[in-house]
Amino acid sequence: MAVDMMKKVPVREQEPKVRATNFDEVCLGYSQEEAVEEAARCLNCKNPKCVEGCPVHINIPGFIEQIKTGDFKKAYDVISESSSLPAVCGRVCPQETQCEQRCIRGIKGEAVSIGKLERFTADWAKENGVKPTPAAEKNGHKVAVIGAGPAGLTCAGDLAKLGYDVTIYEALHKAGGVLAYGIPEFRLPKDKVVEKEIENVRSLGVKIETDAVIGQATTVDELMNEEGFEAVFIGSGAGLPRFMNIPGETALGVFSANEFLTRNNLMKAYRDDYYTPIHRGKKVVVVGGGNVAMDAARTALRLGAEVHIVYRRSEEELPARREEVHHAKEEGIIFDLLTNPVEIIEDEETGWVKAIKCIRMELGEPDASGRRSPVEIEGSEFIIDCDTVIMSLGTSPNPLISSTTVGLDINKRKCIIADEENGKTTKEGVFAGGDAVTGAATVILAMGAGKAAAKGIDEFIKSQNA
Amino acid sequence: MYKILSAEKLNAVIYKMVVEAPLVAKHCLPGQFIIVKVGEEGERIPLTICDYDRKAGTITIVFQPIGQSTQKMAELEAGDAFDDFVGPLGRPSDLVETPIEELKKRKMVFIAGGVGTAPVYCQVKWLHENGITADVIIGCKSHDILIMEEEFKKVSNLYVTTDDGSYQRKGMVTQCLSDLIDKEGKKYDWCVAIGPMIMMKFVCKMTEEYGIHTVVSMNPIMVDGTGMCGACRLVVDGQVKFACVDGPEFDGHKVDFDGAMKRMRMYKTEEGREILKKQEGDTHHGGCGQCGGDE
Repeated sequence: MAVDMMKKVPVREQEPKVRATNFDEVCLGYSQEEAVEEAARCLNCKNPKCVEGCPVHINIPGFIEQIKTGDFKKAYDVISESSSLPAVCGRVCPQETQCEQRCIRGIKGEAVSIGKLERFTADWAKENGVKPTPAAEKNGHKVAVIGAGPAGLTCAGDLAKLGYDVTIYEALHKAGGVLAYGIPEFRLPKDKVVEKEIENVRSLGVKIETDAVIGQATTVDELMNEEGFEAVFIGSGAGLPRFMNIPGETALGVFSANEFLTRNNLMKAYRDDYYTPIHRGKKVVVVGGGNVAMDAARTALRLGAEVHIVYRRSEEELPARREEVHHAKEEGIIFDLLTNPVEIIEDEETGWVKAIKCIRMELGEPDASGRRSPVEIEGSEFIIDCDTVIMSLGTSPNPLISSTTVGLDINKRKCIIADEENGKTTKEGVFAGGDAVTGAATVILAMGAGKAAAKGIDEFIKSQNA
Repeated sequence: MYKILSAEKLNAVIYKMVVEAPLVAKHCLPGQFIIVKVGEEGERIPLTICDYDRKAGTITIVFQPIGQSTQKMAELEAGDAFDDFVGPLGRPSDLVETPIEELKKRKMVFIAGGVGTAPVYCQVKWLHENGITADVIIGCKSHDILIMEEEFKKVSNLYVTTDDGSYQRKGMVTQCLSDLIDKEGKKYDWCVAIGPMIMMKFVCKMTEEYGIHTVVSMNPIMVDGTGMCGACRLVVDGQVKFACVDGPEFDGHKVDFDGAMKRMRMYKTEEGREILKKQEGDTHHGGCGQCGGDE
C-alpha cells in the first residue's frame, strides 16, 4: 500500500464496543515498522517550530531522526535529556495544541504524530530495559521536593541528574499524583507505565517518602531548618475539589470526580481483589466538560452505567482534549450540552440521588476575554433521572502547605505566588510549580514548571555556595 | 512499613495496637487521626489517635472490626506491620490551642461511647498532664466490653454506665449526664462527646437544653484524609465541611447529624456483601436480602 505522506500513520486502538467493557488501554501504540514509517514524515526542519511548542523543549527532530534509522536507544537518550516521563507525556499531553500544532506538515496535511512517536520510544526503552543515565557524581547538596506528581518528579529527576541528593515527600501511599489517582488505567496504565516511569526517577538516585503529609507530619520550615535541605520545591498540585453549592449535593450517590477516580484508579475499586468499594450506578450524570469529566464518565461507563455529560456551554467550548471527547462519543457517552444543573433531587426514604434538575442555557455575547458566557433560558428546567452524580467542576490548591509555611505568599485564588522563569516564591530557598501555582492545568505544563524550578534551584544553591 | 509493637484484644470486640511511627508521634496532638492500610489491596481506614509516646516514637490505636478491612487488621500480630500509616491528620482539638488558665476555668465533662473511649483518653490524659482533672462518662452495652478503665482512673474522675446495668450505673450516657447534673449537683459548661454518631446526636440534644457548649469528633467515610476528595463532607451550620481537614471536631450543636448518619450508609450493602462472601464462601446465596446473590 502506498503511504500517504500527508496523513499520519494510523495508530491501532481497541474497538469501542470492546473497550467500553474493560479498563485496558484504548490506544495500542505504534509497532516498530509503523514508528519508522511515521518518523519518515518528519522534514527535520532547520528551525523546528515543534520544539518551541513543547513545554520541556524536547529535541523532537533529533529523536525522530534516530527512529528513522532504527536506533531507538539513541532516540530515548535524546528525549531523556529533556523529559523524565516520556511514556506518560506521549500518552496524555494535548499535542494538538503544543508540539504538533506547530509542525510544518500540519499546514497542508496532518502534523507528524510526535506524541505517538515519543510514546513508542519510551515503551521500547522499557521493554528493552533501557534506563536514563544517572549523574556521574553527587554534589553533596540536599533538596526536598513536596509532591510526587508530574511537577515534583520532573524537578527531582532534573536535580538528580545534576548530582543533587533529592528526597520527594508524598502524602498518598503511592507516588505519581494525578498520574496515579486521577488519570484512568485505560488512558495511562499504572503498573506498565506509571510505576515503571517512577522507577526510572528512583534509578537516578531520587528517594521517595510516601505517607508523608507536609504541613502535618512535618513542615517546610522544619525541612529547611532541622533536616538540612538547602532548597525546597513545592509541587503539591491542586487537589481540592469544588462543588456547585446547589441543593441536594450531600445526597448519597453524589461524588466529586476526585473521589470517584481515586477509588477507581488509586484504590483499584473496579477490581474484585481490592477492598475499597465503589458505587456502580445504573445511570450516571457527570457535571463538567474537562478531561477529568471525560475520565470520570468513561470510568462510570466501564463500571456498567449509562452515562450523560452535562455541560453548560456548547461542544466547541468543551475544555477536554478532542481525542478524549471523540473516544467518549465512540464509547457511547451521551452529551447534554448547554445544560446546567440547578438541584439534585434525593429519594426521601433512602437518601439516594434519584434525579437531577437542569436548566437549558444559551450562549451570550463574547465577554472581555472573548469567551461567550452561558445564560439561562428562563422556564426551561427539566429533569434527568439518575442514581449517581459526579461533580467535575475543577479543583483548587489545598491550603495545607501554604498555611503552615512562614513567609510563603499566595494569591486570592489560593495559588502559591512563584516566578514562571525559575519557580522562586516569596520565601528564600523555596520554589514552587505546577497546579499549586497555576491552579488545575495539564501534566506537561506541570513538568515544564518542575524543569524551570530545577534550573532555578541549581542556580540558587550555586549562588549560596559561591 | 510501620511495625506493630504490641497487639492485644481488649475484649470480645475491641483491639488495641501500639505502632512504630516516629514522624507521626513527633507531631501529633490530641484530636487528630491517622489512616492505616493493610496490604496492597487494602483500603485506607481512618482511626483517631488514642495515645502517643514521642520518645518511643509510637502511636496507640484502638479499633473495633466492623468490615472486611478492619477484620483483616484484627488478624495482625505484634511483629507484623502496616503497609501505610499516615498522619497526623485533621486539626488538633481546640484544647491544645486554648491557654491552660482558660481551660482551668472551664467545667468540663467528656462523654465516651464504645470504641470512642480511646480518643477521649488522648485528650483527658493531655489535660491531666497540664494539671487539669476532668470528669469522664464512659458508656457501653455491658461490663465485659468496657475498655481502659484503669487508665482513665489515673487521669480523670470516672463514671461508668452500662446499658444493662452489669457494672456501676445503669442506662445510656445521657441518663448518666442528667443524673450528674440534676441529682448530684454537677455543673458543666463544656462537653466533649466522642462515640457512635447516634450517641453524639443525643448528647448534643441534651446539652443544648442544658446550655452546655459541646464538641463532637465526627467519623464519616473517608478515602484520602487530606482534603482532596470530599467523601467525608458534612453540613455544619449550613456549610459543607470536609471532616478530614476542617475537623474532625466540630461544634456539636451545629452539626447535621441526620445527614451525616445518612452518608454513613453509603457503602453498607457493598461492605456487607464482601463480608458475607468471605464468611459464607461458596454457600453464599444472597441471604442478606441486599446483594441478590453473587452475580
